[in-house]
Formats: sequence, structure tokens, C-alpha cells
Amino acid sequence: MIYKIYMKIKEIAKLLDATFITGEQLAESEIDFAFASDLMSDVLTLKQADRILLITGLCNIQTIRTAEMANVEVVLFVRNKNVTNEMIEIAEEENMVLLQCKYSMFRAVGMLYVQGLQPVY
Amino acid sequence: MHFEYTIIENDFANAGTASSAIKKTLKQLNIDSAKIKRVVVAVYEAEVNAIAHAYGGTIYVDIDGEQIVVRIADKGPGIPDVALAMQEGYSTASPKVREMGFGAGMGLPNIKNNVDKLDIKTEINVGTEITMAVKF
Repeated sequence: MIYKIYMKIKEIAKLLDATFITGEQLAESEIDFAFASDLMSDVLTLKQADRILLITGLCNIQTIRTAEMANVEVVLFVRNKNVTNEMIEIAEEENMVLLQCKYSMFRAVGMLYVQGLQPVY
Repeated sequence: MHFEYTIIENDFANAGTASSAIKKTLKQLNIDSAKIKRVVVAVYEAEVNAIAHAYGGTIYVDIDGEQIVVRIADKGPGIPDVALAMQEGYSTASPKVREMGFGAGMGLPNIKNNVDKLDIKTEINVGTEITMAVKF
């Protein structure tokens, strides 16, 4: 049987008890793939063109720029990282959803994986 | 169409502004999104390289109906061994660059993977010029 698994952004947020920093208006959008890394060079190797969630603990302006170039629509910051106004500004301009949760990368990734979100590699 | 952007040494806060502008232009031209991604990922990697390793430089962009050609010229220290620099995992990046999520020795190989044509001219203590092209 072939079927497609995806998650709405609002479902991801609810599952991880995450807060929307930007893009709450896109909560109904769907995500197929997830990738977790603190290494932005690795994120830039993703071939998927859209519907990607990035889970990361790296919280700086380059995280947002990398997501922009890699067409990552949703960035989830684990361990409640502090997002700066400059980051929010670019994310809003690019229609990017930024989520923040208190869980560790390991826990967030595990919870999303069992839901069926697809890995990129 | 011709555009030019200036890259300033150590200006990490603005790394990606040129790639971002190129992305917007290509979107307006209705270029396929997978192609746009290949272009901007390659340019962004090169932009980060110029900020991290060189002393800034200039990005020259030429777009016609068939392709985009991007030339990134810096006045940096040059690359002593291009073959080694193209090798995945080889890096001379500073701790600061690593803090930004880069410096794993993946930049140049990833540029190569994303473009149709890549040319690297480099001279020690003079600078490096990278020219890349992606066909539409």
C-alpha cells in the first residue's frame, strides 16, 4: 500500500508543545520531510525543494539564511534558544515559520519520527 | 541583466544578502524552484567563503534567457591547493566560522554539486575568482 504521510505545522507545534515565533498564519500548511542538524553546510546539501522542517539547536542569522536558500519552510529551535529580532525580520520577509520548543533535539526528533515524518537521507 | 554586490570582510551578519537578492530576482523571472535552489545554495556557500577566508570581494551576476553566471572575486590570500580544498572534509575555517554552522569542508564540493560549470582561478596573496554557471 502506498500512502503519503505528512504533518500540518500546527500538529507539529502541538505535539512538541512548541511556540510559534513567526508564521502562525501558516499553521495549516503541511510538511513531508524533516532534517535535524546544527551544521548548516549539511542543510545546504538537501535536494528536496519544499515542505521541509529543519530541527536545530543552532540559533543565529545564518540558520535563517541557510533555511531561506535551502527552501526550508519551518525551522524548529530546540531547547528554547533565543531568537533575535533580526532573525524574526528575515523569517517574516521570507514567509518562514519559526517554532521554539523546550525539548532536546533527541526528544523532538524521536517524537516526530514515530509520527511518520520522512527523513531526507 | 547584470548585478553587482559587495562582500565585506568578516561581515557575517550580512552573509546571504546577495544570495537572497538573487533568489528574489530569479523568482520574478519564473525560474523553476529546484534550479533557483541550486543557484542560491552555490552562491551562498561562495559568499560565506569570501567573508570567512578572504577579505571580502565583489559578486558579479549575469542573467540571460539561457543561464545565470555568477563570478565571485576576492582579494584574499588565495587557495594554496585547490584539489585539497575541493576535497570534502578539508577545512581551514576559524572557530568563528564553525560557530556559524559552517567550516566542515563542504562548501566548495557543494558548490560543484549544484552548478553546471565551475571555474576556480586563484593566486597566492592576490585573490581567488570563482565563476559558476547554471543553465535554465
